[in-house]
Amino acid sequence: MEPGEIHALLGENGAGKSTLMNVLYGLYQPDEGEILVDGKPLKLKGPSDAIAAGIGMVHQHFMLVPVFTVTENIMLGAEQVRGGIAGFLDRRRARRQVAEVSERYNLRVDPDAVIEDLPVGIQQRVEIVKALTRDVDLLILDEPTAVLTPQETEELLTVMRSLKAAGKSIVFITHKLGEVKAIADRITVIRRGRTVGTALPEASRDELAALMVGRSVRLTVEKGTATPGEPMLEVAGLVVDDDRQVRAVDGVDLTVRAGEVLGVAGVQGNGQTELIEAIMGLRPVLAGTVSLGGDRIDGWKTKKVLRAGVGYVPEDRSVDGLVKEFSVAENLVLDIYDRPPFGAGLALRPDAIATSAKERIEQFDVRTSSADAPVGTLSGGNQQKVIVARELSRPLKLFIAAQPTRGVDVGSIEFIHSRIIRERDIGTAVMVVSSELDEVIGLADRIAVMYRGRIIGIVGPDTPREEIGLLMAGISPDAVSERGADAAPTDGTATDGGPASDAGSANEDEA
Amino acid sequence: MSTMAVPDVAVAPVDAGFWTRNRKVGLVLLALGLLAAVLFGALATDQQARFTLSDDAAGAALEINGTIGAILFGIIAIAAGAALLAGVPKRWFLTVLGVGLVGFVLSFLCWQVSAAPTGQNFMPLVNIIRGTFILALPLIFGALAGVLCERSGVVNVAIEGQLLMGAFSGALFGSLSGSVWVGLVAAAIGGAFISLLLAVFAIRYLVDQVVIGIVLNLLAVGVTGFLYERLMQTDATKYNSAPRFGNWNIPLLEDIPVLGPALFRGNIFLYLGLLLVLVIHIGLFRTRWGLRTRSVGEHPTAADTLGVKVLRVRYRNVLLAGVVAGIGGASYTLALYSFTKNMIGGKGFIALAALIFGRWNPTGALLAALFFGFADQLATYLGAINSVIPSQFLAMLPYLATILAVAGLVGRVRAPAADGKPYIKG
Repeated sequence: MEPGEIHALLGENGAGKSTLMNVLYGLYQPDEGEILVDGKPLKLKGPSDAIAAGIGMVHQHFMLVPVFTVTENIMLGAEQVRGGIAGFLDRRRARRQVAEVSERYNLRVDPDAVIEDLPVGIQQRVEIVKALTRDVDLLILDEPTAVLTPQETEELLTVMRSLKAAGKSIVFITHKLGEVKAIADRITVIRRGRTVGTALPEASRDELAALMVGRSVRLTVEKGTATPGEPMLEVAGLVVDDDRQVRAVDGVDLTVRAGEVLGVAGVQGNGQTELIEAIMGLRPVLAGTVSLGGDRIDGWKTKKVLRAGVGYVPEDRSVDGLVKEFSVAENLVLDIYDRPPFGAGLALRPDAIATSAKERIEQFDVRTSSADAPVGTLSGGNQQKVIVARELSRPLKLFIAAQPTRGVDVGSIEFIHSRIIRERDIGTAVMVVSSELDEVIGLADRIAVMYRGRIIGIVGPDTPREEIGLLMAGISPDAVSERGADAAPTDGTATDGGPASDAGSANEDEA
Repeated sequence: MSTMAVPDVAVAPVDAGFWTRNRKVGLVLLALGLLAAVLFGALATDQQARFTLSDDAAGAALEINGTIGAILFGIIAIAAGAALLAGVPKRWFLTVLGVGLVGFVLSFLCWQVSAAPTGQNFMPLVNIIRGTFILALPLIFGALAGVLCERSGVVNVAIEGQLLMGAFSGALFGSLSGSVWVGLVAAAIGGAFISLLLAVFAIRYLVDQVVIGIVLNLLAVGVTGFLYERLMQTDATKYNSAPRFGNWNIPLLEDIPVLGPALFRGNIFLYLGLLLVLVIHIGLFRTRWGLRTRSVGEHPTAADTLGVKVLRVRYRNVLLAGVVAGIGGASYTLALYSFTKNMIGGKGFIALAALIFGRWNPTGALLAALFFGFADQLATYLGAINSVIPSQFLAMLPYLATILAVAGLVGRVRAPAADGKPYIKG
C-alpha cells in the first residue's frame, strides 16, 4: 500500500478477503507470516494496536452501539475526560471533534443523533468519521457497498476520493467489478485464500471476472447424456424478499424437466438462497407461481412440499440440515419419523429406525463409528452424506441441492455427485445451486445464471467458463443496458436496473 | 436521473391507529378511577380519614371525610385516564399517569382508613414513609447490584445469594471483631465472593448465566445455613451478636417536616443506598467507565474493535455488583437483626424485579424499589387496622407490576442488548 492509494481487494465470497483484513486490524491472529508497516514488522495484539499503528477499519457489519448517539459511538475507547480519576466525559469537546472531522472531510453527521434512528448510509459515514477521528492513515472498508443503495454508493465513492486527496490510503474490499473499476488505483484478486493476481483498473472486466472466478481444472463428473422428460418444476414470475425486506428474487422464470439437472450459478447473494427457500415454502412468495408436476405448490407448508416428493439439501447443513446432537439414525428419519414404518401413533419404532439406518449408512458410504453416534461428531463430508441419504431415500419428483459439496472432502464430493447423477437418471428433476462454478458445469445439463435476483441467462454446460463468469458478473450479451448500469456509478447516472434489481445486489452476507 | 426512485429499505413505523399504547393505558386508568370512585366511595364510611404528619395519631394531620375523599380521588384518576385517552403530549404522559395512579391509591386509602375500627382512623405518614424506605433498602442495594452487572452484559440472578452472603459475613466478622466497620468490609467481600464465582463461571467458562445464578443462590443458602447451625447457634454471643450502626441524625435536614424525621434520622445504610443511586447513575451516564460499561453490555464486538477490554470490564462490574449487594445484606445484620437462616427470604428476586421494572436504570430501580417497599409497608399497615384486603394481595404487587412492565404496558422495557450473552472473541 502506498499513501493516497485506493487498493481494491477483489474476490468471491469466502475467498478470504475479510479474514485477511481482520488479521490486519488485529482481531484475528495470524498463524504464519507478518505484516509490514513502513518496512517494519508489526505485531498486533488487538485492535488498539492497529489503531495506534494508524490502521482503521469499517466493518461489513457496523461496529456501532445502536442505542448510543453518534458522539458516544465515536468517543468510545478514546474518551476525552475531565475530573481525574472519576473520568467525566467531556462531551462538548467530543462533539466539537466530530463536527470538525465531518466538516473537514465533508461527511455530514448529526453528533447527537441516536444510531438506530439513522439509515445505513449515514451509519457507515459515522463509522468512517469514527476511524478518521483516530487519525488513521490506512482505512479498510469491508464490503462497504453491500448494504447501500445506488445513491449512497455514489456518495461513498465521492467520500473515498476526497479521503484519497487528503492522503489517506484505502483498502476497498468488494466483489463488484463496476465499483472497482470506478475507483481503484490497484487491484488485487484473491481466490480461496490466495492472491491470484494483481491488475490495474484499466484491465477489462472480462479479465477481472476470469481472475475472480478462476480457471482451475474442471472436476470431472461421469455422466451420460440426459433424457429430459416432462417439465416437473415450473417457476414463473417469482418475487421474493430477503430477511431485510429487500427484494432478493425479482421475477424469476425457470423450468426443470424430469431427468435433467438444472444448475444455478451465480455469485452468492444474488437471490439463489431466497429462490430455493421460496420453492420449499420456507419464505413467502410475494408474486408469481411455483408448480410441481402441474400442481401449484406456492403457499404450501414446507412439510407438504416435502411430502409431495421434493428432496432438499439445504445450503447450510449445520443450521438447516441436521440436528447435530441427534444420532445419525435419528437424523436419517427427521423428515419421515412420523410415518410408518418409523412411527406408529405417538410412538417411534426404534428397531425400524435402526435397521433402515444401517442399510443407508452402507448404501451411502457414511463413515461413522455407529448409527447412534451424534451426527455432529462426523466429518463434514459424512454429515453431508447423511443429508443426501435422507433426502434420496424417498421417491422423489424433484431434488434440490444447495451447495451440496461445500466444505466437503474430495472423496465425498465425487460420491455425492455420482448420487445426484444417478437420481437424474432414474427420472427425477434435479436442481443444483452452487457458488462453485466447476460443480455447476460438471453436473448440469443446463445452466441458469442468477444476477441481482434475475436469471440473466441460461446456457449449455459446454459454454466456456469465461462466458459464464461474465454472466455472473452481470454482463450478458443481450443485456447491454445492465452493463451500462453497472459501469455508470462513475458519472452518477444509472441507465437501467431500477430500484428492485439494484436492491437484489444488496443482500450479501459474508458473516 | 437524480429523481430515480431508490428502494426504500427503512422499515416504516407500525401505524397503531387510534389505539396507541398511551390510549390503552388511559383506558385502564379510567376503569381503575371508576372502580375507585364507585366501589371505594360506596365502601368508605363517613368517618374522617386522618393522615397524621407524625409517628402516631398525635399532631397535625391532613383530614378528609372518607366517602368524599374516596370519590374525589377516584375522580382525579378518572380525569387523568380521560386525559390520556384524549391524547396528551408525550412528555406529559408519565406525569399524568403518575397523578392518576396516586389518585387511585389515595382513594383506596380514604376507604381503608375511614373504614378502620374507631380510634384507628388515622395513617401515620412519617411511620409509613420511614417503613417504606427501610423495606426498600435491600431492594435498592440489590437492584443496583443488578444494574452494575447487567449493564455490562452479565445477567445477575444471584442477587439473593449476594445479599445473603453479605448479611452472613457482616454478622460473623462483625461479631468476631466487635467492630461494625470490619463487619461492613467483610459483608462487601462476602457479596463479592459470590460475584467472583458468577464472573468466573459466566465469563470464563461461558456457563448459562441464569443457571449459574440460581446455583449460586442455592449455594449461598446452603453454606450460610450450615455455618449458622454449626457456629452461630452453638455460640450466639461469640458468632452472632454483631454490633449495629446507630441512627445518624443529619443536622438541618432532620428538621424538615415529615421527610426529616422519616428520612434523615436513619442509619448509614439508608444514606449509603441513596448516595449509591446517585453515584451509579452519574457514573453510568456521565463517565468513561459508564460509557464503556454500557457499550460492553450493548455491543461487545464494537467495544472490542475500539480497544475496550470487554472481559475486564465485565469482571470488574460483576465484582462491584457483589460489593454493593454485600453491603445491602449487611443492612440487615449490622443494623436491624441478628443473622437467621435464609433471612433474605426472596428479597433478591424482588430486587431483580425492581431492576427490570426500573428499566436497568439506577433511578428507575430506586423508584421501583420504593414502590415495592410501599406495597410491603402498606400490607403491614392494613394488617394492623384489620383491613378486609388480605395482605397477600399486596405481597403479590411487585410480581404483578413486573409482569406488566415486562409485557410493555409501562413503556418499552429493553434489556441491554448483550445481557446474558457471553463474549467470545473472533
